[in-house]
Amino acid sequence: MTKKLHIEAKINGKDTEFLCEPRQSLLEVLRDVLQLTGAKEGCNNGNCGACNVLLDGRLVNSCLVMAPEIAGRSVATIEGLASPQALHPVQKAFLENAALQCGICTPGFILASKALLDQNPHPTEHQVRHWLAGNLCRCTGYDKIVRAVLDAAKT
Amino acid sequence: MKVIDYAAPKSIAEAVAVLKEKGERARCLAGGTDIIVQVREGKRRDVEVLVDIKHIPELNELSFDAKTGLRIGAAAPCYRVYEDQRISNAYPGLIDAVALVGGIQIQSRASLGGNLCNSSPAADTIPALIAMETICVIAGPGGTREVPVQGFCTAPGKNVLGRGELLVTLKLPPPKPRSGAAYLRFIPRNEMDIAVVGAGVSVELDEGRSRCTAARVSLAAVAPTPLLVNEAGAALVDGTLNDALIENAARLAQAASRPISDMRGDADYRRHLVGVLVKRALQTAIARART
Repeated sequence: MTKKLHIEAKINGKDTEFLCEPRQSLLEVLRDVLQLTGAKEGCNNGNCGACNVLLDGRLVNSCLVMAPEIAGRSVATIEGLASPQALHPVQKAFLENAALQCGICTPGFILASKALLDQNPHPTEHQVRHWLAGNLCRCTGYDKIVRAVLDAAKT
Repeated sequence: MKVIDYAAPKSIAEAVAVLKEKGERARCLAGGTDIIVQVREGKRRDVEVLVDIKHIPELNELSFDAKTGLRIGAAAPCYRVYEDQRISNAYPGLIDAVALVGGIQIQSRASLGGNLCNSSPAADTIPALIAMETICVIAGPGGTREVPVQGFCTAPGKNVLGRGELLVTLKLPPPKPRSGAAYLRFIPRNEMDIAVVGAGVSVELDEGRSRCTAARVSLAAVAPTPLLVNEAGAALVDGTLNDALIENAARLAQAASRPISDMRGDADYRRHLVGVLVKRALQTAIARART
C-alpha cells in the first residue's frame, strides 16, 4: 500500500484538503473522495469529455490528470457553475433547447461550452462544433446541443 | 490502475537522478494524455513511478527570438504554442500540426515534447518538427546532448533516450526569408482522430520566388518512425517550381513510404494519400513562402 498524499487545492472557489493515493486521477478524487459526482466517468481515456473540469480555467479531461498534480491549483466542476439562486446561462440554454437526453455527457458539454463562450462570446456554428469535438453524446445527435450553445451566446 | 508513485522533481538534476535510478520503471509525466492511458490500460506494466516534469523551469520554457529562433520546453502544452501570436505568425506550418492534436481538452495538457517522446509513427507534430529542422536538447547523467529530431524516434514507441535521460527543449531555427511550411493529415473524421497519413513540408525560395533553394518533406504513419524523405526535398531544389516538379516530389515521397495495412487504411490507400497530401502541403508552403 502506497502512502497517501495530502493535497491542498481550491475546488469550486473553496480551499480544500484531501488525501489521495498517488495513482488516483483527479476524476477519482472528485467522485470518490470529495463526493463531487457531477464529473462522469465515460471512457476514462480522454476521448469522451464526460469528466471535463476547468483546471486553472482551462478545460481538461479530469481522467487524464493525476490527483497530486492539482496541488496549489484551482479546479472548477459543474457543481460550482451556478449560484444557488439561478442557473448559469449555458445550463438554462441546455434546458430550454432540450439539449440532453440521458444526461451523462451534459456536465462535460456545459463546462466545455462555458470555456468556449468565455474565450469567444459569439462563436459561429462551425466554431461550436469544432470546439465540442472532444465531447461525445450518444443520444442527441449534437444538433440540439449546438443550438443551445448558440442560444446561450445570444444572452 | 495498479499502485504507482508520483514524483515532482524541481530541477533537471533531480529528474535525471530518479530516471537513472528507476530506468524503465519510471516514465515522465507532462500532459499525461498518452502515458496515463498507457499505464491505466496495462500497456506499460513496468511503470512504478510517474515523474511529473512540469515543476522544472526549463521544461516550461517558451521563447521566440527572430534572430535565434524558437525554444519550446518539452512540457509546454499545445495551447501555449498556438495562442502565442508571435509564434503562430512565425511558424504557421508548426501551428497546423499543434492545433489539430486531439481536442481542446487534450491541447490544454498535451505537449510537443510528449508527442515526440511517445514516438508514435502517426504523431502529428513530429513531421512538422522534422520539416522545420528541429533540434532536441536531451539531459542525462552524462550532461546534455543534442539530436536532430528526424533521428529521435527509433521504432514505434521507442526513441534514443537512454537510462536517466529526458527531453528538455525543442529548438527551432528562426524562419528564413522567403520560407514557408505546412502540415496536413488525413483522418476520416473532422477532428479527434489518429492520422491515416501525415505530411509536413518546408520550402525556401530564391529571390525571384520561382525556384526552391531548399526543401524538406516528412511523413507520418507510413513507416515504423516518422520519415524525412531527402530525395523528395532534393527533387524540389533548383528546378522551376511548377506542377510537374511538385508531382515528382510527391511521387518520390510515395516511393519512400513503407506503409502497413491496418484498421485505419490499407497500404495502397496510404501510399495514395502520401501523394495527395505532399502535393497539397507543398502548394500551401510555397504560397506561404511567397507572401
